Amino acid sequence: MSIDHATVRRIARLARLSVDDAQLENVAAELGGVLQLADELAKADVDGVEPMAHPHELPLTMRPDAVTEPDRADAFLALAPESRAGLYLVPKVIE
Amino acid sequence: MAPRSIAQLAQDLRARRVSATELATDAIARAKAHSALNAFITLDENAASRATTIQDDSILAGIPFAHKDIFCTNGIRTTCASRMLEHFVPPYDATVVERLAATGAVSIGKTNMDEFAMGSSNENSFFGPVQNPWDTSRVPGGSSGGSAAAVAAGIVSFATGTDTGGSIRQPAAFCGITGLKPTYGRVSRWGMIAFASSLDCGGMLARSAEDCAHVLAAMAGHDARDATSADLHVEDYVAALSTSLKGIRIGVVKNYFGAGVEEGVATAVHASLHEFEKLGATLVDIELSHAALAIPAYYVIAPAEASSNLARYDGVRYGYRCDAPTSLEDLYTRSRSQGFGVEVKRRILVGTYVLSAGYYDAYYLRAQRARRLIANDFVDAFKSVDLIAGPTAPTVAFGHGEKSDHLAMYAADVNTVAANLAGLPAISLPAGFSSGLPVGLQLIAPAFAESRLLNAGYQLQQSTDFHLRMPGSSA
Repeated sequence: MSIDHATVRRIARLARLSVDDAQLENVAAELGGVLQLADELAKADVDGVEPMAHPHELPLTMRPDAVTEPDRADAFLALAPESRAGLYLVPKVIE
Repeated sequence: MAPRSIAQLAQDLRARRVSATELATDAIARAKAHSALNAFITLDENAASRATTIQDDSILAGIPFAHKDIFCTNGIRTTCASRMLEHFVPPYDATVVERLAATGAVSIGKTNMDEFAMGSSNENSFFGPVQNPWDTSRVPGGSSGGSAAAVAAGIVSFATGTDTGGSIRQPAAFCGITGLKPTYGRVSRWGMIAFASSLDCGGMLARSAEDCAHVLAAMAGHDARDATSADLHVEDYVAALSTSLKGIRIGVVKNYFGAGVEEGVATAVHASLHEFEKLGATLVDIELSHAALAIPAYYVIAPAEASSNLARYDGVRYGYRCDAPTSLEDLYTRSRSQGFGVEVKRRILVGTYVLSAGYYDAYYLRAQRARRLIANDFVDAFKSVDLIAGPTAPTVAFGHGEKSDHLAMYAADVNTVAANLAGLPAISLPAGFSSGLPVGLQLIAPAFAESRLLNAGYQLQQSTDFHLRMPGSSA
């Protein structure tokens, strides 16, 4: 499977990664290579096979609806590159 | 001199022949003496001061070890070998960190790895590649390359690792040590930085199966903080070590000796399998008919899950943030583009592609169906055998820069990824040498049968001494 430059640009945009024009050809070839590997899957007869999302069929457990973690908002907010008054700061979104 | 086992060190500590402080001080000194290996991203100079008097409690009390830099450590930076987390200091401990700390074992630092655990050579680290102690011109394997090098060089008795597609077993094989990837869900993933959540497993690299048993005993068990951790009884791994292997059936996977497997590797693995026969095991040739689907399925599923997991790195809440963002999208895009390395970005793009509209069915869903076939192969095989065996990796450690093509690198994971797709426990055991470099034998067991793997490893290590060899001393 080969992919064109427009597709690379679209995927990069979805992933919020930038790909320079100079890199486009290279990235397209690299992704094409991985997808070619993935195309091996087309040879497998998987009709009617239940998709497997997870290794074990163990049911997920429910926990009691109770507070178990303390409020450590300050410790976590301190990790933010920019914060003020208990809020994360980002560039202005609404004009 | 052969390195001392955890049990021997524990005896020394209790007999006051050595103190925990001395052991930690020595380990840090060795880490510094071996700094050229680049096995550590962060050394904890205060480790010795945290090593206290040994009471009785755990056998791990006072034993120096290291954590792969993917486990969050309260107050000690945790980078995942990425620029994205270069200055990230978690305000909490991962469950694995908490449990090992509770035994009194002393972590001397955080080991190098492939960025976000994506790689098989440890060449994808923001902090530089790691050298293989057996031959510094070669890679230690990856992604837990720093952990493997630190144990192989005798710096620490054991180190934690994670295994998403072979990241414990392959570096253990390349560095001549023992590495256990437990069953998916056996060890809590809480506080372990996520790569591919349906595949990631925490485990350990150590000198022997016996040492692995002591460490797994401390790490395993249900954790309410990880909904995927199994609420199942933890076996007595140490007690199970001495069980005889008489009558045990080992399935030898023909496909795992296929094209690409070096002759020296195959020879060494067959010789170790013959040792198992001498111990009373029966070897049975088996075939895993969908083995060829493992690499393609893995390289769709793992990047898909990675692209989703790594969406959290947006420059807002923690981690790297670009300078002077002009808009929210610019903040996201430039922070991610500058914070992630080449291989991480490649996998995010692949994952985004296979999950995107129009390709989801052809790639992601199809890979999940193939995953079921791969898992069913094991279910069928375990109806007639107790363990499944083959080489851990097709080759011995390769040279730095030798696999510059990422597809060649992916192909090196051919024998390890299936255990992750199926969620099964697997171990790599030292199985001799080829061209002077260590070879690993992989054993795979049914889900939650870690004790069977450790038992087999221990018995093999009673009749062979490959696990006692040190770099520079032999081959």
